[in-house]
Amino acid sequence: MSDWQLWEVFIRTKGGLDHRHAGSIHAADAEMALRHARDTYTRRMEGVSVWVVRSADIVASDPGEAGELFEPAESKIYRHPTFYQLPEAVNHM
Amino acid sequence: MYTTELDKSPAGQPVTIEDPELLAKFEARVAADDFIEPKDWMPEAYRRTLVRQISQHAHSEIVGMLPEGNWLTRAPSLKRKAILLAKIQDEGGHGLYLYCAAETLGTSREEMIDALHSGKAKYSTIFNYPTLNWADIGAIGWLVDGAAIMNQVPLQRTSYGPYARAMVRICKEESFHQRQGYDLLLEMVNGTPEQKAMAQDALNRWWWPALMMFGPPDENSPNTAQSLRWRIKRETNDELRQKFVDATVPQADLLGLSVPDPDLKWNEERGHYDFGEIDWAEFYAVVKGQGPVAQERMSERRAAWDDGAWVRDAADAHAAKHAARAAA
Repeated sequence: MSDWQLWEVFIRTKGGLDHRHAGSIHAADAEMALRHARDTYTRRMEGVSVWVVRSADIVASDPGEAGELFEPAESKIYRHPTFYQLPEAVNHM
Repeated sequence: MYTTELDKSPAGQPVTIEDPELLAKFEARVAADDFIEPKDWMPEAYRRTLVRQISQHAHSEIVGMLPEGNWLTRAPSLKRKAILLAKIQDEGGHGLYLYCAAETLGTSREEMIDALHSGKAKYSTIFNYPTLNWADIGAIGWLVDGAAIMNQVPLQRTSYGPYARAMVRICKEESFHQRQGYDLLLEMVNGTPEQKAMAQDALNRWWWPALMMFGPPDENSPNTAQSLRWRIKRETNDELRQKFVDATVPQADLLGLSVPDPDLKWNEERGHYDFGEIDWAEFYAVVKGQGPVAQERMSERRAAWDDGAWVRDAADAHAAKHAARAAA
């Protein structure tokens, strides 16, 4: 028997927070993936909600091209609040 | 649980010629404590070393369930049984985190499980010793998980991202393992003289195998330098072993138990305990599968896998049926 498909597990640790990647598991179908995710990643109340996604469905950027991909933002320092030197009286703005 | 890298004969390794420019970039990233992620370029030897180390580590977690499972039905109270069950479940979980980390390097779960079951893969030598009395469960938590923690804490900063993240998760859970073991032994040493004698007997048998868990001495660990340079390892076997001895001896004193080493002595000048020579012949024999219960462990492990085949088959059939219905 070959391996069951791989799933990525995302967990919301408590209400109000984002789901965050916790790890991966193998499972034959979505229902089993949820059960395995619970047993593997929430043995100590680490979550209030779990997402599972087939790993094969994730589209990822190429780390080798990270330079070019993120370069456009690099020169736009005026997007940061600290770019603006305001008079002392209003600099807490 | 943990195993240090066991089968590393540089002679048997294929030599890969790497692109010097890529290699230099990689070395610089690692030297700057950058993390390497699955899709990043890495030298083949780095990948191979990690696959071997992470999969051995995963196997150790899985095989580590067996000596403890042995005592589940004979735990002396419901409380201890529930604790032991939770610990064993954690070990299974740790194995799964680690298998997934290894899979990001291009190996498959099936390959790793096959390698374990065929005897090709190594796991920690410690699990090839028998658990003879209930105090052994305490000694395993205190000493074996204690040694594992010593090894694993620095691995939270290992250079391979998925391995480091698995270690963070594992370390969070491991402290419970050590503390429940010590708590169990505290109860026994404060019990009847027979119970205290059982605790001493367990320490006598587990002390030396626990020291061996840190792996061969530095002078016989040929790949240590490269693993340190690549930040796969953060401290040498002997450094970690010394840390463990220094931390554990006072804990034995507090239990009123004596460490079975006549050469054990505080060295004021070094600020460390001196300890006796480890029987490395025994260590290498156990690595080669000559541990007292090595065969039993593997036949139990294979039986557990084979006995579970019908569950996996049923899950496959269920998934196929539902997929077919959804398609119809």
